[in-house]
Amino acid sequence: MPCNIRSALPTITISLSATSAYADFRFNLQPAVTPIATEIYDLHNLILLVCLAIFIVVFGVMFYALYKHRKSVGHSPAQFSHNTKLEVVWTIIPFFILVGMAYPTTQTILRMKTVENTDMSIKVTGRQWYWEYEYMDAGVNYVSNLATPRDQIDNKAAKTPHYLLEVDQPMVVPTGKKVRLLLTASDVIHSWWIPAFGVKQDAIPGFINEAWFQVDKPGIYRGQCAELCGVGHGFMPIVVEAKPQEEYDAWLKNQKAQLAATAEAATKDYTLDELKTRGETIFNSRCAACHQANGQGIPGVFPPLVGGAAFANQDTLKRLAERGFAKDGKIVLGPKDKHLDIVMHGIPGTAMQGLGAQMTDLEVAAVITYERNSWGNKTGDMLQPKEVAAVRKSKG
Amino acid sequence: MATTTLHDAHHDAHPTGVMRWLTSTNHKDIGTLYLWFSFIMFLFAGGLAMLIRAELFQPGLQFFQPNLFNQFTTMHGLIMIFGAIMPAFVGFANWQIPMMIGAPDMAFPRLNNWSFWLLPAAASLLLMSFLMPGGAAAGGWTMYPPLFIQGGMSYDMTIFAIHIMGLSSIIGSINIITTILNMRTPGMTMMKMPIFVWTWLITAFLLLSAMPVLASAVTMLLTDRHFGTYFFNAAGGGDPVMFQHIFWFFGHPEVYIMILPAFGILSSIIPTFSRKPLFGYDSMVYATAAIALLSFLVWAHHMFTVGMPAASQLFFMYATMLIAIPTGVKVFNWTATMWRGSITFETPMLFAIAVVCLFTIGGFSGLVLAIVPVDIQLQDTYYVVAHFHYVLFSGAAMSIMAGVYYWLPKWTGHMYDERLGKIHFWLTTIAFNVTFFPMHFIGLAGMPRRIPDYALQFAEFNMLQSIGSFVLGASQLLFLYTVIKCIRGGATAGDRPWEGADSLEWTLTSPPPYHSFQTAPAFK
Repeated sequence: MPCNIRSALPTITISLSATSAYADFRFNLQPAVTPIATEIYDLHNLILLVCLAIFIVVFGVMFYALYKHRKSVGHSPAQFSHNTKLEVVWTIIPFFILVGMAYPTTQTILRMKTVENTDMSIKVTGRQWYWEYEYMDAGVNYVSNLATPRDQIDNKAAKTPHYLLEVDQPMVVPTGKKVRLLLTASDVIHSWWIPAFGVKQDAIPGFINEAWFQVDKPGIYRGQCAELCGVGHGFMPIVVEAKPQEEYDAWLKNQKAQLAATAEAATKDYTLDELKTRGETIFNSRCAACHQANGQGIPGVFPPLVGGAAFANQDTLKRLAERGFAKDGKIVLGPKDKHLDIVMHGIPGTAMQGLGAQMTDLEVAAVITYERNSWGNKTGDMLQPKEVAAVRKSKG
Repeated sequence: MATTTLHDAHHDAHPTGVMRWLTSTNHKDIGTLYLWFSFIMFLFAGGLAMLIRAELFQPGLQFFQPNLFNQFTTMHGLIMIFGAIMPAFVGFANWQIPMMIGAPDMAFPRLNNWSFWLLPAAASLLLMSFLMPGGAAAGGWTMYPPLFIQGGMSYDMTIFAIHIMGLSSIIGSINIITTILNMRTPGMTMMKMPIFVWTWLITAFLLLSAMPVLASAVTMLLTDRHFGTYFFNAAGGGDPVMFQHIFWFFGHPEVYIMILPAFGILSSIIPTFSRKPLFGYDSMVYATAAIALLSFLVWAHHMFTVGMPAASQLFFMYATMLIAIPTGVKVFNWTATMWRGSITFETPMLFAIAVVCLFTIGGFSGLVLAIVPVDIQLQDTYYVVAHFHYVLFSGAAMSIMAGVYYWLPKWTGHMYDERLGKIHFWLTTIAFNVTFFPMHFIGLAGMPRRIPDYALQFAEFNMLQSIGSFVLGASQLLFLYTVIKCIRGGATAGDRPWEGADSLEWTLTSPPPYHSFQTAPAFK
């Protein structure tokens, strides 16, 4: 029976809003592509229909009374106030309805919670505000950032169809394989959610959670972080691309080749302009959520990166001054090695986390060079990836 | 000085002007203070909601950056719950409980004064936190660490505000429990108390049990923030999820703290305008007690996605589903009370009927959310926002409005303007549904809550919701006008303006004498 409900409801939905390109998931749960998501879809329909039936019966009776037993039609009030038989009946019947709902639900819960015989594992780390994916069996890892340009968010450019639901590098999985996710976070609690998979699992710092899914239909599936995690909470989408095994293998090979190329790139020397250009892209995707694209930060919350700018948060200023980045209540450009230390290891006690583990030597070098030579900062300083590598070697 | 005068003179002499309110130990004056305080907070937090809806009117960032937006959602939640809904019900308790049980005043009048005057202090901490560097707390009203550990000074102010409000609630509950247990007129046994008094007695016990738990949770946050403890930090052996367990052990009883007195108000109004006694008084009392007990066993249904074992999920799901039974009993009882009555539709009754219908929708969406697999999809989406506004706005806030219209003639001695009351009712009910019903759809379709900007497929519904919310907000100004108009004048109410009303407060004059019952009234 649930299958019939399932095919009927979307039809109604689509006919209600045929004009929209997204008609099929505006009113109801998104179309399910995993067995668990399908079961959730059916469970929701079942419970919705039961509730609807009860609502119609109870409020049918009430509105009948409201209409027929009005004073204005001259109805005189009865004076009864008890009916033990009736009261027992309407306590017991709901109990059995609830048992009827609980039974199929329990089975689904047990299936959701059984994470065994998986084919591969991906470690998912939530960070303020992007996701990092590590393919544990293949030794591949990378981060996945929001790809929507800032101009679209600020209403300076027209919004494209996947506004806020697009990333630079999606998670890629093979179809037909049971994928195990191991979820954690590095700073605050995030939640990894793909509605079409029926997977939503909190990523909690210091703990590892488990989830699984199996997609049989190739395609691109989109979701968002579902736990409030600060100012970038609305801007850390999740995109999963399911590909047939051969395409997935090719992707994995390519991914490994890229990692090797990155390692090689770190041994080269770069000019200031090359570093600045690379640095700008990294800054805008990694740092601009807090420090803003113009380096001005958010007053009182996230410090500016521009020498001479004022900042009101005394606590943060104190920590910056200890590192040579603030003087007399104003931001100053401190020494290069301290700058590197902050980017690599963060500032404990503040929202600034260490980014060393998630960025390549070249990325760290580029972003620091960019920060020291932009928005009026003119140090002319350069940091080469080799220098970063040296520090990483000595300090980790 | 004022107290000496009070003691020297006869009890009927009391200070006037500002001192009347500052030093008042009178249950009616303090009730009035509570109600006005909550109404001001309601308008302020409602104003924050308007700002939220303005930003969400269309996709993109229009007016507010995410940091400010998060402050609005956080403070809207905190102020509505602790500043508007809870104090409003305490206001009703103050006004009504002594009059309904035939007592002259509350048991501890000075404690009563203190429990009110703590509130403006707490509220000013919350409001002033907007002026701190970095603005007000932006970590959500649920204050989850580690996010809540990251913030600035305003977060500490929020924590202290919660301490103070908790203290106020605890003092208030002790007063209410003592009053109800000791000051009933002879002959009024427990099972003959008006149902509103019963619901408040049970609510007061819930407050006494739940508020210290919240106080301990926020105190641990405070020491984690400043004194080097690691209660909620895994790096030091703590557990961020433990906060959620403690918070929701307070948080779920809190839900019933905000709805049980509303049930009491409905159970006073529906029999009056049906001209028929309340159906199933005993089962109403037992159902209220059952809901209160179950409320301590369901907290983890707020956190099905944190990664708990299947056995825990099943336990909390079954316990949560059980709450549907006593709640259903209440709805059936109200329906049976109306059945074969002689019903009229004055404003309080209109509100009461709407509350029963809309609260039931909120109850059903609660049942949907209890189903773990479905909750996994809907957790932290707009479906949850729809759910708790159906129980908190159309359940609690609209019951408060119903109660205000119902007892305003008693409190002021004047009838309110029935035409304005009805306009206010229809505007509120329609605008409420336009605002919140579509949230079920966008929640199902996958829009997370607490985001300042959203994907394009949610645009149409968000615009509709924003328009609804602006009408809903503006309608409350009409409520303010109607109440003020009634206070300033209107047709004389008489002792018993409602034909079907029969509890003790209707035997007093309107407005009632300074000390409600100087001698214990006769009770059948």
